[in-house]
Amino acid sequence: MRGYNFAYLDEQTKRMIRRAILKAVAVPGYQVPFGSREMPLPFGWGTGGIQVTASIIGADDVLKVIDQGADDTTNAVSIRRFFALTTGVRTTEETAEASIIQTRHRIPEKPLTADQILVYQVPIPEPLRWLEARETETRKMHALAEYGVMHVKLYEDIATHGRIATSYNYPVLVNERHVMAPSPIPKFDNPKMDHMPALQLFGAGREKRIYAVPPYTDVKSLDFEDYPFEKQTWEHACALCGSRDSYLDEVVTDDRGGRMFVCSDTDYCAERRDAGHVGTGAPVTYGADAAE
Amino acid sequence: MSEHPQTLLTVTGLTRHFGRVVGCEDVGFDLWPGEVLGVVGESGSGKTTLLNCLSGILEPTAGTVSYTDRTGQVQDLYAISEPRRRFLMRTDWGMVHQNPRDGVRMRVSAGANIGERLMAVGARRYGDIRAEAGAWMERVEMDLDRMDDMPRTFSGGMLQRLQIARNLVSKPRLVFMDEPTGGLDVSVQARLLDLLRRLVTDLGLAAVVVTHDLAVVRLLAHRLAVMRRGRVVETGLTDQVLDDPQHPYTQLLVSSVLQT
Amino acid sequence: MASDPLIEVRGLVKSFTLHTQGGVVLPVLDGVDLSVEGGECVVLDGPSGSGKSTLLRSLYANYKPQGGSIRVRHRGTVVDLVSASPHRVLDVRKHTIGYVSQFLRAIPRVPALDVVAEPLRMLGVPAEAAAAKAAALLDRLRVPEPMRSLAPATFSGGEQQRVNIARSFVVDYPILLLDEPTAALDAENRATVVQIIREAIARGAAVVGIFHDAEVRDSVGDRIYRLTGYTAAA
Repeated sequence: MRGYNFAYLDEQTKRMIRRAILKAVAVPGYQVPFGSREMPLPFGWGTGGIQVTASIIGADDVLKVIDQGADDTTNAVSIRRFFALTTGVRTTEETAEASIIQTRHRIPEKPLTADQILVYQVPIPEPLRWLEARETETRKMHALAEYGVMHVKLYEDIATHGRIATSYNYPVLVNERHVMAPSPIPKFDNPKMDHMPALQLFGAGREKRIYAVPPYTDVKSLDFEDYPFEKQTWEHACALCGSRDSYLDEVVTDDRGGRMFVCSDTDYCAERRDAGHVGTGAPVTYGADAAE
Repeated sequence: MSEHPQTLLTVTGLTRHFGRVVGCEDVGFDLWPGEVLGVVGESGSGKTTLLNCLSGILEPTAGTVSYTDRTGQVQDLYAISEPRRRFLMRTDWGMVHQNPRDGVRMRVSAGANIGERLMAVGARRYGDIRAEAGAWMERVEMDLDRMDDMPRTFSGGMLQRLQIARNLVSKPRLVFMDEPTGGLDVSVQARLLDLLRRLVTDLGLAAVVVTHDLAVVRLLAHRLAVMRRGRVVETGLTDQVLDDPQHPYTQLLVSSVLQT
Repeated sequence: MASDPLIEVRGLVKSFTLHTQGGVVLPVLDGVDLSVEGGECVVLDGPSGSGKSTLLRSLYANYKPQGGSIRVRHRGTVVDLVSASPHRVLDVRKHTIGYVSQFLRAIPRVPALDVVAEPLRMLGVPAEAAAAKAAALLDRLRVPEPMRSLAPATFSGGEQQRVNIARSFVVDYPILLLDEPTAALDAENRATVVQIIREAIARGAAVVGIFHDAEVRDSVGDRIYRLTGYTAAA
């Protein structure tokens, strides 16, 4: 596109962001401050992820953008168009085909490979923020690995709900050193982060932080010995593809209590259906109408 | 470096200035294990500045605070690394603030408040943490039913008990208290004092208690330091300082209050 | 009798400077000498204001003399209470000197039995043994069982005094300082207290006391030490 540099950001900015990324990769889980730029969309719409993607993307890359697992939501479509326009790179909805996947709130179901990079959009990068408002103090807590308070939160969950009820943005310990917020992905996705072959980059535009999990790095979800980490499970299979091992969204199908459980990862679901897998296709019904 | 290897705390020449204002000036004393030192004086006499310098919160302008740790090693509080100091502060030491809201996490339950220090040093069994928190609630005479309640639903006296339990759970050897009974009703004060007194004796705690209430130090402190304008003007056995005060300021202080 | 005194006072000087009243100086003791051996009871005597209480309180380091020395035998050493550090004095009080004041400084909410047992607990005696010994003393002093679980703050003067006495006699201190221990007691309890004091003397304690009651004074005192006011007579 005329009048703009490749991938919108100027080369100096990209260089600055790449330096932050290198530092983040060198210290897994550590939040590196960076000079976040104004982007042509508001903070909170993925500006952190976009700046990271813009700094690493090259002409040969193939880009996939997902929002809550889907390729076709407004946010995902806008960002994909933005990069198509400013870089001319090929975009895709197929996980396996992409070399860079920018995501909001999910990790694809299909295992990623060593030649892929996963870029997360992060609203609040600081896992200690819920307890400590002062940035100087949270930095010190990270520096000294004073992480006892993270378990206070989990304790509180168990005391209140009888189990660890935190279901997304579930805190992890990276490389046995830094506690990290994995962005608001469901805890279902947490195990995928552990020893993932792909590089994982996290960008928080408003908070001006970049952090990373290098390939094949330990990522452990915090828990108690007597209340170990557990990911979500569903009674139902995906109504469309019959999958029992993917993250399911609950979709309201009518105004009489009808529900349907379908894969949140649209590409994964479509691929399974193409391969001949089928679900029941029927909505699950609750309430008074269920007997009819 | 200490002449008294058995002392828990040795303080020499402790001075803190705020620009040209003197917070505290040339304060020195020894504190032995199990001993309670009361620091009295009017508002602005430098008590709280001293307490902050002693407890690792405020770096002094001059002077040293040496602490003998559990292994018998003498640690110069402001010469050791910050991680080491912070570790001491949340394991070996406790801090009871006048306003419990400064020392209690108001947004997590009583049980989590008490369990925090255990988790901070690596306790990872929920059941054990909870049992320990419960034992401490009983010890400070809190109703076990309140374990999962939020501190904001507690009375001032209960909050202070919670703050105390939250500190003592790590079995500290030294506790700093800033007006621990201030702001409480008289009847609540008496019960809390009695509780503190018992805990200090039973656990063999050493403590530095800052207060302007002479009745508090009469009951709690073995020794007393009287502060005025940042300096310690008189020290001695608590009953001796209160019954036979030497310094004009101490005499004024003692004669200004109702009989204790 | 042993030649080594348990208490040795030499040249004790004590005055009070009242800074709040224009710096008036009240001289009370000026060059007091006194030796007390184990197994004897010295009665302090003299008119009101002659310094009996001041001397007794100085012997407990409750008052701070300006000069002289108060040397006491403490766990095989000799400690001068006038110059000893507070830390040392506390140790002397814990192991060596018991003090019965005229009034009990009641601690809110602490039951009488615990008040009495506390000095033993401080010495590391197990709770049960301490409680048993405290209960036995309270038995002798006729403090009925139901009262022992109550805080003495609500007791009558006589009852408080008996709790106070029990607290000071529960440990077999080598030195006992008694300030009018029987003032608020009836005849029966007075006799018991006299008996308890005599037992302490018999086991070798050095006792110094102020007794207004002539009968008590005569039945426990071996010797009278007379204070006459500003300058003490030998």
